[in-house]
Amino acid sequence: MFDKIINKNDFTSLIKDGMVIMVGGFLGCGTPETLIDLVLASGAKNLTLICNDTSFVDRGVGRLVAAKQAAKVITSHIGTNPETGKQMVEGTLNVELVPQGTLAERIRCAGAGLGGVLTPTGVGTVVEEGKQKITVDGHEYLLELPLRADLAIINGSSVDKAGNVVYNATTRNFNPLMAMAASVVVVEAEKLVEPGALMPELVMTPGPLVTHIFKSEKR
Amino acid sequence: MIEDIELAKNIIAKRIAREFKNNQLVNLGIGLPTMVANHIPQGVNVILQSENGMIGMGPAPEPGKENPEVTNAGGAMVTILPHGCYFDSATSFALIRGKHVEYTVLGALEVDQEGSLASWIIPGKKVPGMGGAMDLVVGAKNVIVSTLHTERGKPKILKKCRLPLTARHVVNMIVTELGVFRVTPGGLALIEINKDTTIDEIRANTEADFIVSDNLKTMEV
Repeated sequence: MFDKIINKNDFTSLIKDGMVIMVGGFLGCGTPETLIDLVLASGAKNLTLICNDTSFVDRGVGRLVAAKQAAKVITSHIGTNPETGKQMVEGTLNVELVPQGTLAERIRCAGAGLGGVLTPTGVGTVVEEGKQKITVDGHEYLLELPLRADLAIINGSSVDKAGNVVYNATTRNFNPLMAMAASVVVVEAEKLVEPGALMPELVMTPGPLVTHIFKSEKR
Repeated sequence: MIEDIELAKNIIAKRIAREFKNNQLVNLGIGLPTMVANHIPQGVNVILQSENGMIGMGPAPEPGKENPEVTNAGGAMVTILPHGCYFDSATSFALIRGKHVEYTVLGALEVDQEGSLASWIIPGKKVPGMGGAMDLVVGAKNVIVSTLHTERGKPKILKKCRLPLTARHVVNMIVTELGVFRVTPGGLALIEINKDTTIDEIRANTEADFIVSDNLKTMEV
């Protein structure tokens, strides 16, 4: 009825060189590892990755950085993946560091149809460079612009075939925000259930936001 | 000076833990700030936030009870207490920026007498990124810097930070193993002193100008 379930080949055909891809997860927690395997196998190059952190060399989105598939990363933290810093110093990877709360809001505002957000975070630091400052009620804010992607790959703990998603514990992090901010959204479903099996009150990402569902092969 | 670094860190953690009141929402950074949780006095119920998306964070799990879906902002496995809950990163930082978090405790590379903090980058050497630190210090109601008084003999409390800032004019309190400083509109004030040091020793190890409070107390640890 919903026809959202895709296989490996379907997913791989979505991946293109130079794409902007959002990847859910926080230091590897709540990250779609099987989809990342497939992006790795696709060999796609010059990707722009938007992710909270670049994880570790052998985990989550960090593996794509280690495989040199990214030309740019927009992220809040790279300290746990030495490969990110190395490629940045070598000049082969462009790293845009964004405060974590600002990163979340830039993604959220894109998904919410807003033209940006005003945040006090970063005022008086290098983060304000090149940004418009706006004063509201005597307080200075930076205008931070929306972040969108061609593709978001997210991780869902329980997903029904209509695309409704529930995230367990701290696996939620950036996943529901990214599910609103990309042209195509693929959720890696750890557990795939029939519509009606999830309590509607507890659904965290509404089904219509999810373009495709891929059954996880994570153990 | 207190030469034993572990002892020094415990003094700092113990002193900070005494700041909190019942039911306050508190965010503890990674490293020394995390140690504060071990010293919260009996009878004080502090609700710990982890900015990756939970409040009510509990201690590390017992062996065999680890759950990789319950992690803290440093990626380590933790537990959740019965009053806790989970949320997404936008909600987490709304709690932080929206002044709903009473205290944030974090470390420093440098902190200065104007309350500015540098904690996220040493250009050309170490570029880990700011993570959530910039939002935390701008948004929390009270910002406590926990730091050893010196690093390799060099003062960490400066007249003006030289490294790129995490934020300017945001720190309320600085706790070291030697004493407690409050950042006031008139400058830095030493309000508590460790019984094992002297004001002269603190002056010799502090670059910042500070006044000694008329009401100087012994640091209770």
